[in-house]
Amino acid sequence: MTGRNEETRGTASPMVEAIGVRKSYGNVEVLSGVDFVANAGEVTCILGPSGGGKSTFLRCINHLERIDGGALYVDGELVGYRRQGNRLYEMKERETAERRSRIGMVFQQFNLFAHMTVLTNAIDPQVRVKGRPVQEARRRAEELLERVGLAEKRDMYPRQLSGGQQQRAAIARALAMDPDLMLFDEPTSALDPELVGEVLAVMKDLARSGMTMIVVTHEMSFAREVADRVAFFDGGLLVESGAPGEFFSNPRTERARAFLRRVM
Amino acid sequence: MTAAPSRAARSEDMQVVKLRHWGRLAGAIVAVAVVAALLYVLVTSPNVDWGTVGSYLGDPAILSGVLVTLELTVLAMVIGILLGTLLAVMRLSKNPVLRTVSAGYVWFIRSIPQLVQILFWYNIALFIPVIAIGGMRVSTNHVVTPIVAATLGLGLNEAAYMSEIVRAGILSIDRGQTEAASALGYRPGQIMGRIVLPQAMRVIIPPTSNEVIGMLKATSLVSVIGAADLLTHAQSISSANFKVIELLLVASFWYIVATTVASIGQHYLEKRYRWSVAPGGGRSFLSRLTGRRPVVRPEKTA
Ligand SMILES: Nc1ncnc2c1ncn2[C@@H]1O[C@H](COP(=O)(O)OP(=O)(O)OP(=O)(O)O)[C@@H](O)[C@H]1O
Ligand SMILES: [Mg+2]
Repeated sequence: MTGRNEETRGTASPMVEAIGVRKSYGNVEVLSGVDFVANAGEVTCILGPSGGGKSTFLRCINHLERIDGGALYVDGELVGYRRQGNRLYEMKERETAERRSRIGMVFQQFNLFAHMTVLTNAIDPQVRVKGRPVQEARRRAEELLERVGLAEKRDMYPRQLSGGQQQRAAIARALAMDPDLMLFDEPTSALDPELVGEVLAVMKDLARSGMTMIVVTHEMSFAREVADRVAFFDGGLLVESGAPGEFFSNPRTERARAFLRRVM
Repeated sequence: MTAAPSRAARSEDMQVVKLRHWGRLAGAIVAVAVVAALLYVLVTSPNVDWGTVGSYLGDPAILSGVLVTLELTVLAMVIGILLGTLLAVMRLSKNPVLRTVSAGYVWFIRSIPQLVQILFWYNIALFIPVIAIGGMRVSTNHVVTPIVAATLGLGLNEAAYMSEIVRAGILSIDRGQTEAASALGYRPGQIMGRIVLPQAMRVIIPPTSNEVIGMLKATSLVSVIGAADLLTHAQSISSANFKVIELLLVASFWYIVATTVASIGQHYLEKRYRWSVAPGGGRSFLSRLTGRRPVVRPEKTA
């Protein structure tokens, strides 16, 4: 097992830092002390077998799940808690909501709002959450839909779109909030194989633009090509992390070797 | 029986014969015959004085009764829907106090017959004779008139049933919608009001229309406390002229008119909430009849 990041690139500063994060559902411990760092401006891919706690960890980062132990910092701030002296006070929903709005999240099942058009999906959160004027929000939404190649689909409802189009719209909606960090939970796993490429292309473009991204994925080629670092989760622990070239060609732990033998 | 078509037969040469539904036709004929027979018995009955029915249809007392019935329905449903929604949200909240209060209310109200509740509100002055708010003291009987008692009795009862309808609607919405909204930073109230409830409407509207139609007729219960509704007036007229059947027919006529209008309203309301269905799903009755597809927004060529 490795410790926290042994080699970071240049002077990168941590955007997400987890120290001994624990999480249980009832009696089942799903995260058993995860130490994890994702640097600002980098793409971190989280890999690992099913049930390893990848989604759970990602959801802890924006406090969709409460952690039971350890500490989790995003951009230097504790997630979901306020520190006063030696005590951690759980934040009100309102405060949590404000911090969440700076973290974009993309789901396996897209989760576009079904009663809104694609354009409204991207406008409404800006207006309701960020308090942006509607005209400005509209311009930003149109700009991002253009960027993900959905300018002509903007007046469609989610169910009228293919999975790949829905996922690109969901990415545009998240980006419209101008997040500091983007979380992706298996964004291509629910897609037909021929639609995977269009979503990965948008994500690569985003990576090139310098967005900080944490991507849970089973797309090994994406991780190899785009990631600055990969983190391998198994059994509720971060088992191994490092540069993708090193991880894929020369994994240090037996568990990672076994995983790679199965998926490659 | 015909032999299997030769493989050489090309599809253009073949004619499509639609399945004929003989059973439907037979059923329709029987239904029409039964209705016609019943109407014949009713219309030709020597015991029904149709002249009286006609002359009371537009009677001012009857019309004022129709108005009161409509008012009661609207007021009771407004109370029922607002309080019912609140109860549903409470029931689904993380707060155990709110959950218990909501569940207790629904249990209690549903345990007591509606007629008993109406009588209870009507007679509430018997054990709360005076209402005192601050320095003001008023006799309960002044405040709780028959109409107020009827509105409270019907509305508070309705809230218990509406809360279950709204709760079912909320539960029908995929958790992913709530999660996505949370992740974007929507606050809990916004998630309910902007994301969940608007989508739940599709599930909530049909049973709610059912409740409205039920309420139109449930208001007739308040005739026991003389709340001046349609049935109260019809009965007070028939107790003077003994035309019982005729006035019940007059009342029925107006109940049928009101429920018909409500059903038409339901149709249009449901249509409004038919977003997010598959392409072509939101077609109007007319376009279904004529088979014309709705015009899909032409895609702009960038
Ligand atoms: N809400 C929940 N209640 C109980 N157990 C849960 C819940 N969510 C997840 N788990 C359990 O936690 C463990 C980790 O789940 P998680 O979804 O984080 O895995 P994962 O690494 O994302 O797997 P996958 O690759 O299949 O998505 C699993 O054993 C799962 O059954
Ligand atoms: Mg997962």
